[in-house]
Amino acid sequence: MKQMTYAEAIRDGMRVEMQRDPNVYLAGEDVAQFGGCFGVTAGLYDEFGPKRVMNTPISEAVIVGHAVGAAAAGLRPIAEIMFVDFMGCCMDELFNQAAKMRYMFGGKARVPMVVRTPCGAGMGAAAQHSQCIESWFTHIPGVKTVMPGTPADAKGLMIAAIRDDNPVMYIEHKQLLPVPGDVPEGEYAVPLGKADIKRVGSDITIVTWSWMLQKCLAAAEELAKRGINVEIVDPRTLVPLDKDAILKSVGKTGKLLIVHEEVKTSGFGGEIAALVAEEGFDYLDAPIARLTPPDTPIPFSPILEGAYLPSEEKIIKAVEAFF
Amino acid sequence: MDLNKEQLLAFYKNMVTIRAFESKAVELFAAGQIPGFVHLYLGEEAIATGVCACLEKTDYIASTHRGHGHLISKGGNLNFMMAELFGRTTGYCKGKGGSMHIADVDLGILGANGIVGAGMPIATGAAFACKYKENGAVAVAFFGDGASDRATFHESLNLASIWKLPVVFVCENNGWAISNAQKDHQNVTDISDRATAYGIPGVSVDGNDVIAVFEAADAAIERARRGDGPTLVECKSWRWRGHFEGDPGAYKDPKDQEEWLAKDPIPRLEKNLLKLKYATKAELDKITAAAQEEIEAAIKFAGESPQPDPQEVLTDVYAD
Repeated sequence: MKQMTYAEAIRDGMRVEMQRDPNVYLAGEDVAQFGGCFGVTAGLYDEFGPKRVMNTPISEAVIVGHAVGAAAAGLRPIAEIMFVDFMGCCMDELFNQAAKMRYMFGGKARVPMVVRTPCGAGMGAAAQHSQCIESWFTHIPGVKTVMPGTPADAKGLMIAAIRDDNPVMYIEHKQLLPVPGDVPEGEYAVPLGKADIKRVGSDITIVTWSWMLQKCLAAAEELAKRGINVEIVDPRTLVPLDKDAILKSVGKTGKLLIVHEEVKTSGFGGEIAALVAEEGFDYLDAPIARLTPPDTPIPFSPILEGAYLPSEEKIIKAVEAFF
Repeated sequence: MDLNKEQLLAFYKNMVTIRAFESKAVELFAAGQIPGFVHLYLGEEAIATGVCACLEKTDYIASTHRGHGHLISKGGNLNFMMAELFGRTTGYCKGKGGSMHIADVDLGILGANGIVGAGMPIATGAAFACKYKENGAVAVAFFGDGASDRATFHESLNLASIWKLPVVFVCENNGWAISNAQKDHQNVTDISDRATAYGIPGVSVDGNDVIAVFEAADAAIERARRGDGPTLVECKSWRWRGHFEGDPGAYKDPKDQEEWLAKDPIPRLEKNLLKLKYATKAELDKITAAAQEEIEAAIKFAGESPQPDPQEVLTDVYAD
């Protein structure tokens, strides 16, 4: 184990795989000498050189699109999109090309590529640089969607994402980048599709991921003092989804709160609620609840942004409403 | 450049094979034997033929919705192609892709593509892989005049030019972006002029002259192989049919249509072959008849092939 931040853990995951597999390379806006807009790729250019760490023009369509062609031709690209909000500029390349190539070709293509991109609010970056839109990607058969919430998962999921033979959306959260934690050294992979029980409890299940995981963990400590013992299930990957872990936890607690940073309507929480309604209805002794931002764009003012985001206090209130 | 007898006869055989495939596709679609959309390459046979004649099996192409000619020219198997049009299990994509998504990755065919302009980034990426692996291979992106208006055109040519990638962008200017004539969708006559914006060579050639296409493509592909970067090659031609089968093309001026039909690339090559005494008319007719027989055999193969098991809908979404 080694102490490192979430950002360092992402970088360590990329570094381990780049050392192991010469076909892995990184391309994106300002990822080389500059080290990426958030410093996540700092040092990789010096270590691996200009052949494997490449700056691109501000051209999201060809960043993702070239990765599709390179992957189909045998490489393992990591394509960085500077903010997940910019995915609108390259959705065709992801959802019509990368995602469908294998299926359309009757299983005769492999598209092993990672699109690495930061999401999330909390820094006053307003409506076009703060979003969480993971359900855009979970709605695309052929793509896997990964959302680490801790430094250890950030590394382990990065390694697994690079090794996966499918297009993977690896969505990191800007607020988590400086968060420290214990991270296993070397080739540490976290299998895609395996949830992690981040806190064991007996009174209520919270399903949450990414930055909201940290908020829920803090809220759970406060709730414990008030006599409510929360279990927190972090799916870690939304596709593939570890349905069994969610159902098992709800089977134990009988109550389900889903907390996410996407807007409510058509957010992934609806999918989890539907899963439990369809396959775990008998476990429930209260209606399922969702705590999410409202269905609005993300406001700039820190006061308004705070009102928009789920917070520790809001989580505590949402849990207490069950009892 | 002196093309020898074998090369020119190979061009002829390839062109009449595309012609036969597409002509039969017209009939089969009208008869309801081909589901979905079919976009035909009739009249444009010289382009794919001339370009792909410069490519090795290990080179890549990214094709378009009008892709049958590219696939045949890159060595695609006619039986598997026709079976795919029929939606059968023996098709290239097991019936999951259809005309717009036929691919053979082993032959470097990274797919026809249902999205106009989507092949350019993919070919750019394949070219990146060739350069990265230093394997000497190149990639060709086929696209139309309409696709040259898309952002992917700009982004791909720009990236390929700064990274000096071994890729050739082959614009098949067939005069039409669906129902929009070229003059109504772009303010240039020679699309190759756009190469200037990327600091790369751009050439325009008569796309109905297979020899001119070959010479331009050969120079561009050699340049790419040398490591000197991309070229934009515009091949001017004409789409004989509507945008898709079922589109009568009423927006075309019949006079223009007639003029272009008279520029048919096949009789043009035929005349050349006869003049050079590389073949007699009877020998050429024999090549054409053999191509037609091959297509008939492909239709028989497709028609006799099994329909997919409905369970197949669930497979091939993810690689294990």
